[in-house]
Amino acid sequence: MGLFDRLKQRLTKTRAAISDGISSIFRGGRKIDGALLDELEELLYTSDLGPVATDISAELARMHKRGEIKGEEDVRLKLREILIGKLDQAPSTLTFDAKPTVLLIVGVNGSGKTTSIAKLAHRFLGEGRSVLLGAGDTFRAAAADQLEAWASRSGAEIVRSHQDNADPAAVAFDSVSAAVARKKDVAIIDTAGRLHTQKNLMSELEKVSRVIQKVVPDAPHETWLVLDGTNGQNAINQAKEFTQAVKVTGLIIAKLDGTARGGAIFGIKEALGLPVRYIGTGESMELLEPFEPEAFVDAILGKTLA
Amino acid sequence: MFETLTDRLNSTFSILRGRKELTEENISDGLREVRQALLEADVHFGIARDFTERVRKRLTGEDRLKGVDPSQQFVHAFHNELVELMGPEDAELNVAKSGPTIILMAGLQGAGKTTTCAKLARFLRKKRQMRPLLVAADIKRPAAVEQLRVLGRQLDMPVFHEAGLTPPQVCQKGVEHAKQNGYDLVILDTAGRLHVDAELMAEVAEIAKLTKPHNQVLVVDAMTGQDAVNSAKAFHEQLELTGCILTKMDGDARGGAAVSLKAVTGVPILFTGTGEKIDDIDAFHPERMAGRILGMGDVVGLVDQVQENIDENEAQVQMEKMLLGSFTLEDMFAQLRMIRKMGPMKKVLGMMPGMPKEVRDMDVDDKQMNRLEALFTSMTPIERLKPDILDISRRRRVARGAGQDVSAVNELIKRFKEMKKMMKQLNKMGMGSMFGASAKRDTLRGMSADGELASGGGGMLDSLGALGSGLGAGMKGLGSRLLGGGGLPGGMGDMDMNAMLGGARPMGSSATRKSAAKRKDKKRKDKKKRKGKR
Repeated sequence: MGLFDRLKQRLTKTRAAISDGISSIFRGGRKIDGALLDELEELLYTSDLGPVATDISAELARMHKRGEIKGEEDVRLKLREILIGKLDQAPSTLTFDAKPTVLLIVGVNGSGKTTSIAKLAHRFLGEGRSVLLGAGDTFRAAAADQLEAWASRSGAEIVRSHQDNADPAAVAFDSVSAAVARKKDVAIIDTAGRLHTQKNLMSELEKVSRVIQKVVPDAPHETWLVLDGTNGQNAINQAKEFTQAVKVTGLIIAKLDGTARGGAIFGIKEALGLPVRYIGTGESMELLEPFEPEAFVDAILGKTLA
Repeated sequence: MFETLTDRLNSTFSILRGRKELTEENISDGLREVRQALLEADVHFGIARDFTERVRKRLTGEDRLKGVDPSQQFVHAFHNELVELMGPEDAELNVAKSGPTIILMAGLQGAGKTTTCAKLARFLRKKRQMRPLLVAADIKRPAAVEQLRVLGRQLDMPVFHEAGLTPPQVCQKGVEHAKQNGYDLVILDTAGRLHVDAELMAEVAEIAKLTKPHNQVLVVDAMTGQDAVNSAKAFHEQLELTGCILTKMDGDARGGAAVSLKAVTGVPILFTGTGEKIDDIDAFHPERMAGRILGMGDVVGLVDQVQENIDENEAQVQMEKMLLGSFTLEDMFAQLRMIRKMGPMKKVLGMMPGMPKEVRDMDVDDKQMNRLEALFTSMTPIERLKPDILDISRRRRVARGAGQDVSAVNELIKRFKEMKKMMKQLNKMGMGSMFGASAKRDTLRGMSADGELASGGGGMLDSLGALGSGLGAGMKGLGSRLLGGGGLPGGMGDMDMNAMLGGARPMGSSATRKSAAKRKDKKRKDKKKRKGKR
């Protein structure tokens, strides 16, 4: 099964909603008019596209006036074009040149950081790299245990503190030092979930990032923000605030296997230009896919329009 | 929490300010903006549409009042509809008539179920004197059981779990265990599940069937977008939800989910999770929440907070001192301590009505308050009573004692003098603007059909106002000190006191004067009372 098929299968709910939505809007051979465009805007809004939805439907209206779009297929094609255009991104810079390559994973509470780390570890191990995990979430009860359980399942090594409320920066320091000493290819550092509105916790993150640099000066090589795919417009605020505290270089969108459509990605891309690196599409360890704009948009819109 | 929505709405309402009357046209203009604001706040699309239509009906129907400022009328209609949408009644947990009360907690992954279980158990133990048993039935996520156990240990609360059983079996055994051991509250923590996962949804339905919980509660992340409604509906189909709990309300989510949930599922919101700490959980009141969304503050909640933590007599005495001009550093110190008793500054400020955006956005670090307190405690009682004797050598000593610069002491004294001067001015003005916000509230209450707002809080509101102004001066000082350190953008230090206190202008000046007169009356009475005591 190809990547596209798998993605399509996992995003089936998402697809059903938007694609079928478009079909039902055009049911009975309706012509494009104001009312239809309003319905289309509503459809896009319910996919968490937010203000982007208004932009898109305004653009479609303009095109319609100029006579560039006529029927359902035209709308689908244009929509695809616009959406892909909005997600255009540079390819991943993750080349694993540095040894260890240090990844710092950040995000709000419950966005799916720890699970995403487990999936990343599984993926990298599968590519034949050695992986070390740093249990930097020292705040939430049993968070380190959770990561340890994942680590033992996937066969990654883990560095953790057995104290409650240990200093996360110290754990990060130890983890990266261990990764250097044990000559690991990748070190993935977990952090505690924090709401982006809490300034002191955001500065803590800054400190973690700074302390890592004491071991490996150009680390963390990548800082990825994990966003909950079911989050709405607030995800944009999260991205903004986290980018201010640490230099976020990419996004992981988790939990995209529900009916959520991760439409907030478009808003984030527009506001901050952050590339999406991976999307999480299910509970088991394999279900983390590299993000590809075309495949993603096709999966959302349903039909392959080559 | 709702700051951005509040600001959007306020700018919308200001379109209508100054207009003579509401017309079809300006209502439509206002509503279009409102709808956009709601959508940006993640309110469900359909609900945003219905909601604005209902507000329109209310405004164009019989409810329209002549001679009342259109923007106020608009706000009022909006407020009432919001309350309808989210409530209108306060919802309560169901309590079992006999045997333990069972609460089943369900929700998506990462909504905050486990943390909320612990918070809720602690809340009910504290407020209702219940004996809770936590049941860990999340065997899916690694270490979820351990997480609940750790929380249980922290709270000194028993956690039930038996390895090797399926979640429904664990829950059933947990309930039996509670019955045998005399616990009167069982909270079942289940695994997070997606509403489209048929297998897991059947499992949670099975748990509900076996344990017959009195409360089936959905835990929802306040940051959820348009999808909140879909997942809530799906859960409601499998379970018979009796309520939901919104978590992570301390972020800057605009709470659209909060507004949509009740309308879509008919399931009321019971509690909100408002912070990282275990006691950060609040009962949900639609009326108050609507007030907060509209930037009217949560006066009732503030009064509650005050009543719980502050001695009314003391507050009264403080206010009189301020009014009479016999205000000393000692009193300023007492006020600071009083306000701090009410909880973290950020939370208290969020509940104050009419707070401008700068104040709400300000990152109030409670450590700054500690530093302020240190300055006070480094003074001798005489110095606090007679601030004038604080010459440079005394100031140096105080600074050393507090471990801070002399400039910090100077700053404090400067603020104190300004505050005293301001008190005098306010006194001259009949304290009118100070109570702008509460007067607005009064007037709105007059307009409201149900009129149950802020009842019984009258006396407290007075002292509250005094506290507010004290707080204002304190914050002002704080702001400029922070500015001095280069930490705070924007002109917090130069903030206009009027903006702080009178941010919400009184609607009718008569209402304000009346309350001022009432206050004077009360002052006289109280004075007599105290004289009598002596």
